[in-house]
Amino acid sequence: MKVGVLALQGDFREHIKATEDCGHSATEIRRASELTSIDALILPGGESTTIVQLAQTFNLYMPIKEIIASGLPVYGSCAGMILLADRIIDGIADQKTFGGLDITVRRNAFGRQVDSFESDITFADSPLHAIFIRAPWVEDVGPSVEVLSTAAAHPVAVRQGSLLATSFHPELTHDLVVHRYFFDQMCKDS
Amino acid sequence: MSEATGTARVKRGMAEMLKGGVIMDVVNAEQAKIAEDAGACAVMALERVPADIRAQGGVARMSDPDMIEKIQAAVSIPVMAKVRIGHFVEAQIIESLNVDYIDESEVLTPTDYTNHIDKWNFKIPFVCGATNLGEALRRINEGAAMIRSKGEAGTGDVSNAMTHMRTIGAEIRRLTTLRDDELYVAAKELQAPYALVKEVAETGKLPVVLFTAGGIATPADAALMMQMGADGVFIGSGIFKSGNPAQRAAACVKATTFYQDAKILAEVSRGLGEAMVGINVADIPAPHRLAERGW
Repeated sequence: MKVGVLALQGDFREHIKATEDCGHSATEIRRASELTSIDALILPGGESTTIVQLAQTFNLYMPIKEIIASGLPVYGSCAGMILLADRIIDGIADQKTFGGLDITVRRNAFGRQVDSFESDITFADSPLHAIFIRAPWVEDVGPSVEVLSTAAAHPVAVRQGSLLATSFHPELTHDLVVHRYFFDQMCKDS
Repeated sequence: MSEATGTARVKRGMAEMLKGGVIMDVVNAEQAKIAEDAGACAVMALERVPADIRAQGGVARMSDPDMIEKIQAAVSIPVMAKVRIGHFVEAQIIESLNVDYIDESEVLTPTDYTNHIDKWNFKIPFVCGATNLGEALRRINEGAAMIRSKGEAGTGDVSNAMTHMRTIGAEIRRLTTLRDDELYVAAKELQAPYALVKEVAETGKLPVVLFTAGGIATPADAALMMQMGADGVFIGSGIFKSGNPAQRAAACVKATTFYQDAKILAEVSRGLGEAMVGINVADIPAPHRLAERGW
């Protein structure tokens, strides 16, 4: 399987490493033409405002929206979760997202960097040590959204159809449970 | 659920999220907003950009908390602030404001000519400058969670940043070629802890994110530093001392992402107006060179 990782800004190299550690090939995506030959897409951690602005400037915004609508499996961590959310709170004025996930996400919901934390949580019933960095949380979810993890009484990992989002960063640890879930449970049919 | 804040992993992880981005010096909320709208991944709040510190002289200190808080209120991206080398009380004050990163910076007037701040004592992560690998590893040993190669700040002359990126890169590459039994002497020569030297020799990179700073004034400068192996760039005076800050800021953001694409670099370099006037580093008398501060 060939996995595209959006490489406009953020920790895309860590997602590429996790993808390769799962036995799949990974490719950096910076242009719309690079989206055509991939089987799945990952939106990395980073600054959502920076990433969406670059996506708009370099004509990736609509193609990624279309890829999401087409049912291609997409996973977003942290900034990637914000980019997949249909609705955001505490964004900058007119901050756009690719959307697709029927959730409302609050940016920097856990606070500033001083509040960034690591914690033992569960992800789809598996134990997981999760790293949260200026992390968002999910404020509310639509009826077809499945919650896979919670922290501080808010959803922090959600799935809807072919879309997966986590407000934490599994790519910063060596635990591949989230990436394996994405590849093995969500990508095998496509 | 057991939670831990202020760990090395969340400090270093914060820097991972900034990679591939541009961190811009701003002196007020209006500039911070321009930087955010241009796609900056973070802003550095300070009272005077390095070019003005250089021009006006005197002792340069941490910024007024009022000014930092106004910038925090204006933007949603991370806000960093500078403290003087060794001035741990300035760092305590800045930490209490909940900034996202502290820069223990040679651009401000040093406080302690022997010791840097013990950065393990803080929950907020620190970024520190380095001119070579030994200096970088000493800062990491003191708790720095991110390194930026130093250039000569406030000049618009990227030559020093180039020298330091080449030095750090060459010293890392050399370590990877040494036998295990040669690493002890390498640590002695680098004046750095053996454990960190061994880690760099094994991984071929610093254990933290490496940005570059100092003298970057154009999209081409930013792309040059990325091609030299920087994870991202700081731009200080280069943006708001130029003719068209918003456009230059956006151009530098694009150049940092597409640093290997000369066509895009040419496109974003068009019609940017005046770059900052600049000073040749060679024309600055040695006692006034900021990059040489740090020990």
